[in-house]
Parts: sequence; structure tokens; C-alpha cells
Amino acid sequence: MRMLQLAYANLKEHFLSTILSVMLLGIGVGMVSFIVTVSEQLNDRFNRDIRGIDMVVGAKGSPLQLILSAVYQIDNPTGNIPLAEVNKLKRHPLIKYSIPLSYGDSYQGFRIVGTDSLYLSHYKATFSEGEVWSNSMDVVLGSSSAEKLNLKMGSHFHGNHGFNEEGHAHEESHYNVVGILNPTGTVADRLILTSTESVWDIHNHDEAEHAHEGEHSHEVEEEAGEITALLVKFKSPMGIMQIPRMVNQKTSMQAALPAIEINRLYSLMGVGFTTLQIIGMVIMCIAALSVFISLLNSLKERKYELALMRSLGASPFKLFGLIVQESLLLCLAGYTLGIILGRVGIMLLSYFGEDQFQFSVSQTGVAQVEIWLLPLTLCIGLIAALIPAIRAYRSDISSVLRNE
Amino acid sequence: MLQTNNLSFNYSNGPSFSFPNFRLEKQEVLLVLGQSGKGKTTLLHLLAGLMEPNEGSVMIDSQPMTELNGRSRDSFRGKNIGIVFQQAQFIRSVTVMQNLQLARSLAGLPNNDPFALELLNELGIGDKANNRPSELSIGERQRTAIARALVTKPKIVLADEPTSALDDKNCEAVASLFERTVTGHGAALVIVTHDQRLKNRFQKSVSL
Repeated sequence: MRMLQLAYANLKEHFLSTILSVMLLGIGVGMVSFIVTVSEQLNDRFNRDIRGIDMVVGAKGSPLQLILSAVYQIDNPTGNIPLAEVNKLKRHPLIKYSIPLSYGDSYQGFRIVGTDSLYLSHYKATFSEGEVWSNSMDVVLGSSSAEKLNLKMGSHFHGNHGFNEEGHAHEESHYNVVGILNPTGTVADRLILTSTESVWDIHNHDEAEHAHEGEHSHEVEEEAGEITALLVKFKSPMGIMQIPRMVNQKTSMQAALPAIEINRLYSLMGVGFTTLQIIGMVIMCIAALSVFISLLNSLKERKYELALMRSLGASPFKLFGLIVQESLLLCLAGYTLGIILGRVGIMLLSYFGEDQFQFSVSQTGVAQVEIWLLPLTLCIGLIAALIPAIRAYRSDISSVLRNE
Repeated sequence: MLQTNNLSFNYSNGPSFSFPNFRLEKQEVLLVLGQSGKGKTTLLHLLAGLMEPNEGSVMIDSQPMTELNGRSRDSFRGKNIGIVFQQAQFIRSVTVMQNLQLARSLAGLPNNDPFALELLNELGIGDKANNRPSELSIGERQRTAIARALVTKPKIVLADEPTSALDDKNCEAVASLFERTVTGHGAALVIVTHDQRLKNRFQKSVSL
């Protein structure tokens, strides 16, 4: 009969208060691990998508909206910008490369983005099947788009105007799948990529129908054309100093810096995350209180048992250890429950979040928060056990045994 | 085996007691008789080293108990003294057998010795080994308490009022059971009681 076995038996004996403590601890631990994991993954994904993009140029409006729509493809575009101005900007000597984006259409909730092949190399996308578009209306699917839409090489589909499925369909022309990408862990996975020309062709076709206009040369069309946004990579940090200001002051376009906008977004979201994390910590403190109270109660009830153990040869320190072990066992159970709850929460979030927010969290291996929560929980257990354990240590056995 | 010398104890703001000297050999039985308030339980706790006397000494197996400090006295008690309290008390959350095993492990003896079950069988409660103490009758509890006191093979067993709640017939039976099992396992037995019926049963007795 080891002390640990006895501690376990005692906890089982006080089943209800044990359950209460374990549940409180579990909810606290689960909440903290959930929040930390989600915010870490959110940060991680946000950072992965903006990596290498120093500036986004788009129509005037909210800079955050521009970043969210152009980089993350989760908001509506701020409008279109004239290609003539874009082409002028592109020639600036401080710009290393720039990627045009034309978006506004979707297919079953997946966005169709017109761009050029630089977009693929920027996100280091590789082909699992097929190759990059060569003709207008050829599309390349991101890995999760292909999977969710169940489209294969050679499939055809019609795009919708707008980002929801109710938008009017571009019935006249259909897209052909010519390539499917490997997963990149970036926004590219969730897109349908095509050439800028495809997007123009679809919309010009619409306009042509309305206007009954015939022939204009390709160059004119391109010069008169519009794109939605331009992702820019600078050659040197000097670019950040000069170009955004120039764009904002001298053109009809606006320049937004992803790093700044995302920091602003973090500080907004951060308040929510911090609040939830504090609530989690408060629940853990309440759990500690519950452990403390239940130990103290069981101590009163077991006053005689503890004296009996002393009379059987247990040292005061052994009783101290018994109470501490009970508390640590409780906390270990609470920790385990919490990790399970946190992971279930993350599974649910990625199940529901994937469709609604295009955000999926994945958990492979052990998260760092799960590691540091363990010593934290055990510390809580130690602190909660301290006073009851000292009481057990100090109890005057002779008087307890006499006043049975 | 057991020897006391000028033992006395004063409760702060309470009564003070002085106890007669006595001496006990292996397998002997000593009856300590006294009315309530004569310090019976105090004497028992002094003998068990649960309290320290103000004066005098208790020698067990030529070891002066009074010279041991807290921790080594606890361990000495666990190894050498078995106590049967007036109301048998157990660890409620574990079985009879585990209560016995706990006593062994607290005394620093190996846990899973067949001796525990032998003792329970000898006392006629072997079939209750896996019951909780709360499932036992009062008689069975007392037998379990005897088994627990003996499971560490102590040199001395101290019994507090083992018979006072019993009728004459059972009083005799329990007294014999104590004498037989305790001395049978080579220990000395001290019975502390106010039960006058035991007076003639044992040759050696002191009155408080």
C-alpha cells in the first residue's frame, strides 16, 4: 500500500468534490491551451501569407480592407485600379517585383484570382498535376480548393460574379482546369488561380454583350484595363521610405503596408485573446480554490485517520506528502482533461471555421502551451495543498485520538 | 520488554497524573485498571510515545522511548508497538487487507507478505479481506484492529478498553482472543480498562 495508492483511494472516496475540482481545472487548462494555440496559429498563418510582400497597392479605401482582400482573400476588394498607373509604378527602380491581382469572382465560395505566374513562385507553389495556364480561361487549383470542390484535371466550371454563390453566373464561358498545386500552407491553397486575361475576358465579354461593341485592339484594351491590386516586393528598405508615400500622394491609388496593418489587426484581436486567456487563468485559480477547499474538508473528516496513520508509524512529513500527492493527482487529472478539451475545441473550430472563415487550425504533435501548462498546473496543486498539508503535518495526534 | 520509571504527566490547565512503575516481560499480560479520569488513556499515549511525559521514562525492549526524537519515535512505534483503540478506526477508502498492508508499509516492512492474510484467517475474518471496513460488524472490526496491531509483528500491543461495551459472555471471549493471539505471536499485552470483570482474569495488574 503506497502513499500514492492511498491518495488515489481517498480521491475516489470523495468522488463529487474530486470531479468538481478536475472539471474546473480541465476547463481552465483547456481554455488557455485553446486560446494560445489558436492565436499562435492565426499569427503564424497571417505571417506566412504576408511573407515577402512589402506593400499592397489598390483602390483608395480602408488599408486594412485592402490587405485582407488582396493578401488573405477574406474581405471584399476596395475597388479597381487603372492598369496605366500600375504599369508606371511597376517600372520604379526600387521595386524588385510586383504581382498583379484581379479578383471579384468565385466558384462555390472559392475565389477566382487572376494573376501571373509570379504569384505561384512567390508562395513557392509546386504542381502536383498539370502546369501553369497557357490560354485564357485555363485555371490552376490550390490544393484545398481542388479537394473541396472535387475538381480534377480537365474539369470545366462556370464562375460566379461576386463572392457568394448567389452572384450571377458567367454562363457564357467556362474555365478549364489545367493544373493542381501541392499544399503550400498559405492562402494559395484556397484559391482558383488563372491569368489576368481570363478575368478581363469574362468581364469584357459581359460588357461587349451589353454595349454591342466590336473590335478594339488588344493593346488598347490592356492599357484601358484595370486590376484589383498589386502585391509589391521592394529591392531594399529604401522602397518603404519612398514608394508608399509617393503612391498615396501622387496617384489615385493607395499603398498599404501589410506589416503595419496586420499589427493593427493583432492589437485589435489581441484584446479578445487576452481577455479569454485571463478568463481561463481565473477559472484555473477558482479550480485551485476548489482543490484547496475540498482538501481542507476531507482533512476535517479524516482527522482521525491521519492520527491513526501517525500511530501506525507515519511521520508528520509522510502525511504532508499524502495531502500533496492527492492535490497533484487531482491537478494531473485536470490537466489531462484540459488538454483533451482544448484539442477537441480546436478540432471543432477547424471543422466549422474552415467553411466560414477559411481558417483551419491543425494540431500535430505537442503544442508548446501544453508543455508549460503542466508545470503551471502542478504549481497550482502545490499551492492549494500547502495549507492543508501543513495542518496535517502539525496535527496533535494524541488529542485527536483522545477526543474520538 | 516494557518498563516504566516514575512516569508523570501534567496537562496545562488540567489534571496531573503520576503513574506506578511496572515491568512486563515477553508474552506477559498486564492489566491497567482505573476509573474514568484516572489517566488511563494518558498512560496509554505515554506508553505508545504519542505524548512525552513531563518526568520519568518508558523503556521498550531496552530502548528508552523518551530519548527518541519525533521522527524516529514515530518509526519506532510503527515497528514495535501495536495499538488497538477503544473504537476501531480504519482508513475508510481502502479495504481491510489494504489497511493491514498500509500498517506494514508505514512500519517499513514489505507490503505483500502472506502474514496479513494468515492473521485474518487466524482471527476468522479471512473472507473479509477485500471488504471495506464500513462493511464489517462491530466484532469483525475489533478483530481487524487486532490483526492490524499484530501485522507488524510488534513487541508490545496496547489495548484501550477492549471489553467495556460487551456483555459478560463476550467479554470473556474477547479477553481470551486478545490474550491468545497477542501472546501467541510473541508480544506482550497491556490492557487499559475500567472493566472490573477482567480483574480476576489476569494475574498481573496495576490500579491507578
